[in-house]
Amino acid sequence: MADLDTSSSGGGKHKGGKVRGKKLSTRIDMTPMVDLAFLLVTFFMLATSLSKPAAMPVTMPDTKQDGTPPNLAAKSKVLTLILGKDDKIFYYRKSLEDNPEVGETTFGEANIRKVLLEKKEEITNDVVATLDRQDPIILVKPMRDSKYKNLVDVFDEFNITDLKRFVMVPVDEKDIEYLNSKGLLK
Amino acid sequence: MPKVKIPRKSTFVDMTAMVDMGFLLVTFFMLATKFRPDEPVQVVIPSSTYSTPLDKDVIIITVDKDGKVFLGMDNIDQKKDLVERVLKGAHGISLTPEQINLFSLQASFGVAIKDIPAWLDMKPDEMKKQNGIPCDSTGGELFEWIYNARKVNGKARIAIKADGDAKFPAIKNIINVLANEKTNAFKFNLITSLEESRMK
Repeated sequence: MADLDTSSSGGGKHKGGKVRGKKLSTRIDMTPMVDLAFLLVTFFMLATSLSKPAAMPVTMPDTKQDGTPPNLAAKSKVLTLILGKDDKIFYYRKSLEDNPEVGETTFGEANIRKVLLEKKEEITNDVVATLDRQDPIILVKPMRDSKYKNLVDVFDEFNITDLKRFVMVPVDEKDIEYLNSKGLLK
Repeated sequence: MPKVKIPRKSTFVDMTAMVDMGFLLVTFFMLATKFRPDEPVQVVIPSSTYSTPLDKDVIIITVDKDGKVFLGMDNIDQKKDLVERVLKGAHGISLTPEQINLFSLQASFGVAIKDIPAWLDMKPDEMKKQNGIPCDSTGGELFEWIYNARKVNGKARIAIKADGDAKFPAIKNIINVLANEKTNAFKFNLITSLEESRMK
């Protein structure tokens, strides 16, 4: 019994018994852990907000009504936009029978938006048109070589300028002929 | 005069609370993030000021910049139902339950109907090569898919997710498929990404 040395029982400091372990702090350096956590937070935060798609509602006219756009009662309210190649937009007021002047513009605040706002203003001041509803009717006619982006952009402009009555119709041969006769299509 | 001794304080701050918060946020964002499924094509969608989020129950028609058409549906059970309807109904092709299961796990697909069984037997990395669903001005096979998808789930919203550089005729073919009295989907959505700089 006597030779059993448990070393902890004090006394023999210099004897060959176990060296008492130094009491280590339980505190660990958490800096790298915090770094990593915030890196992940940043990653997930950015990844979430960037890939958020939005839906743009589109309603097409019902083809049961012989394929023509809704009754265009007031011709003076109509503005036709023809989307062409290289982000070009051709526009004219009223209908082709009136031999309208064709304008050429492109996307952007100073261009198409101005045209739309002008049309809106024109309608508000028009006595005949105000008898009915005050918003213009916009016909969008994308040509074969226009891009999908052009269509979305133009719908987006309607949203920005708060135009509710617009419809997408197929481009007419007459429209192309008319633009050609004005020398706008090359 | 005796010198005033400024007690030296430890610079070691207790970061436990900060770590707690950090990982709480990590957990939140991890759970809240919906990862993008593995799509056969990457499309760059145009941006707009519309901010309505897309619903859950949705049929997505993807168009890449070359005009290839892909179809995706988010409900797995309905997708199984749809592929059986289309393949068995009009084409007399029957699939094994494993093939149907594999089909339902694809985020979207763009394969001609007759090639579907062979496509499902390919290796996963070969499956990514797809030529798109045949779709012409009369609708083609896309019409069959949409027509049956509307039968399977008439309430699902239809959305077009097209690359900004896709040519308009490709989009027009799809719109023709949607907006006619048989498929009766005159209302649909165009998927865009939110652009804040133009909100002014």
